[in-house]
Amino acid sequence: MSAAPQTASGAASAHTSTATGTLAERAAHVREMARQIRRSALTMVFEARQGHPGGDLSATDALAALYFDAMRYDPANPRWPGRDRFILSKGHATGALYSVLAMAGFFERDELKTYMQPLSRLNGHPNRVKIPGVETNTGPLGHGLPVAVGIAIAGQIDGADHRTFIITGDGELQEGSNWEAAMTAGHRKLANLTLIVDRNRLQQGAPTEETVSLEPLADKWRAFGWDVAEIDGHDIEALLPLLDGSIARERPLCIIANTVKGKGVSYMENQASWHHGVPNAEQYAQAMKELDA
Amino acid sequence: MSSPAPQTSGLFDCRDAYVAALEALGAQDQRIVAVVNDSVGSSKLGGFRKLFPERLVNVGIAEQNMIGVGAGLANGGKIAFVSGASCFLTGRSLEQVKADCAYSQANVKLCGISSGVAYGELGPTHHSIEDVAWLRTMGDITVLVPADPWETDQAIRAAAAIDGPVFIRISRMGVPALPRPADATFEIGRAEVLREGNDGAIIANGTVVCRALEAARLLAEEGIHARVVNMSSMSPIDEAAILAAAQTGAIVTAEEHSVRGGLGGAVAEIVAQNTPCPMKILGFAGFQPTGSAEFLMERAGLTAGNMAASLRALLGR
Repeated sequence: MSAAPQTASGAASAHTSTATGTLAERAAHVREMARQIRRSALTMVFEARQGHPGGDLSATDALAALYFDAMRYDPANPRWPGRDRFILSKGHATGALYSVLAMAGFFERDELKTYMQPLSRLNGHPNRVKIPGVETNTGPLGHGLPVAVGIAIAGQIDGADHRTFIITGDGELQEGSNWEAAMTAGHRKLANLTLIVDRNRLQQGAPTEETVSLEPLADKWRAFGWDVAEIDGHDIEALLPLLDGSIARERPLCIIANTVKGKGVSYMENQASWHHGVPNAEQYAQAMKELDA
Repeated sequence: MSSPAPQTSGLFDCRDAYVAALEALGAQDQRIVAVVNDSVGSSKLGGFRKLFPERLVNVGIAEQNMIGVGAGLANGGKIAFVSGASCFLTGRSLEQVKADCAYSQANVKLCGISSGVAYGELGPTHHSIEDVAWLRTMGDITVLVPADPWETDQAIRAAAAIDGPVFIRISRMGVPALPRPADATFEIGRAEVLREGNDGAIIANGTVVCRALEAARLLAEEGIHARVVNMSSMSPIDEAAILAAAQTGAIVTAEEHSVRGGLGGAVAEIVAQNTPCPMKILGFAGFQPTGSAEFLMERAGLTAGNMAASLRALLGR
């Protein structure tokens, strides 16, 4: 294989977000959508008596920024070739993802009530064959980034202006397949690819740094040929300019979004036990009250 | 049981038919791309790279990434032919095959090169005698095991024509071109009766179909007229052809694959639940010792002589 092809890269032609208004106005809209996503996801988990609320809540702000500001898509034509793609590699965060897809118009919000019920298409992990708006079936960790890299290469070959976004968990980066894909993305200078690492620092049972440490994480991505931005992952004003295409790039971008697992519900925040905990009625009422503001 | 020495002239490497078909398809359709794991040479894709350099994606020695990239290219509108040694393509990245391709119904074509015991002397790490068993249980991926150059060409074209995941098992062992009528057609899910007969049947696929035909010729000399069925489509499989074969009274299956879960297993699942008949499953019983592909196949009884003897025994003749 020769060096990366000389066809037009995503950077040269990538479209920008069509969101309008000042940054503050856009952020206010995204924040309100994020609040609704959190309420919806928690309600789904509470009613289904299962789910992964901690990871739903840490990824919510990035999801809201993508779907309600940065990305170009058409819910009436979910396989439109020119769409931006999003892959949730941490496929267990379906409380948040399904809420977002319903709010974006890919299916009716009423259907969220069927989450994990017998024969529902909304099972614990997303299925592109059944659910419009899902790009690839995830669940086993370390699968999203290689697929995202493939989409980005297709765009690179075609000189297309669509962009590909992906959220991985941080513990998930212990899967080696991510680093195979990271190497390919760096080698091919996939400027049309943006990875958001949901850096909540907790994996299923313990902190990442106590399990198998990921740090220095930013240095790892830089060494693989990526641009890196480290931000507070709940700071919408920081997220939007990184996602809206307004910054021309020549390399793939890794956003290390420092987040709080369980963000927005006081008793869940930074508690590994809420990775797949389910609130009781009293806890649910308290959470909804906290998310009412 | 002795058998004639294998034919050494007029043999074809099916990789040549594979790449010829891929180059022809690539010239007609811009969506055709090839994905490799540093296997341009072993997949014989040098010609494709020369013709369509921007459509040859080499991800390096990274099979999990290779399968995911193939699924992503499909998402981006491409028809991705992902090629690599079958042992790594399937074994190293089995979960990517399952989740990214089969379960996701991605339009990816997985080409398992040098399957079976083609890498004989390199040992069981490089043998791929489990691939069909692994993939056919998934159900949502088409599994094809072509037997000669014509069928390889047809399988590649059929795979490109359907929207969905396909695994095509390709050998590097020389095989003869099988005798066929000029108007023969290939269809996914349909078996091919290469020789009519009602005194038992030999069902085979891949590199050993030619040996099954030779076995039938040997049996015919004794007045035993065996049917020979080429079961190149492993998933979906031609149940009607299997049930019809069971009506001949006995079935020998032969495959360059493990005796567990491959062609023999698939035939047994259907026969045992519908019209039980005596069967013999020929293939590899487990990890194989050192030896050439031909040596290992002979040792496992994948010879015309042993196929004939096995059917004769089942028939009590």
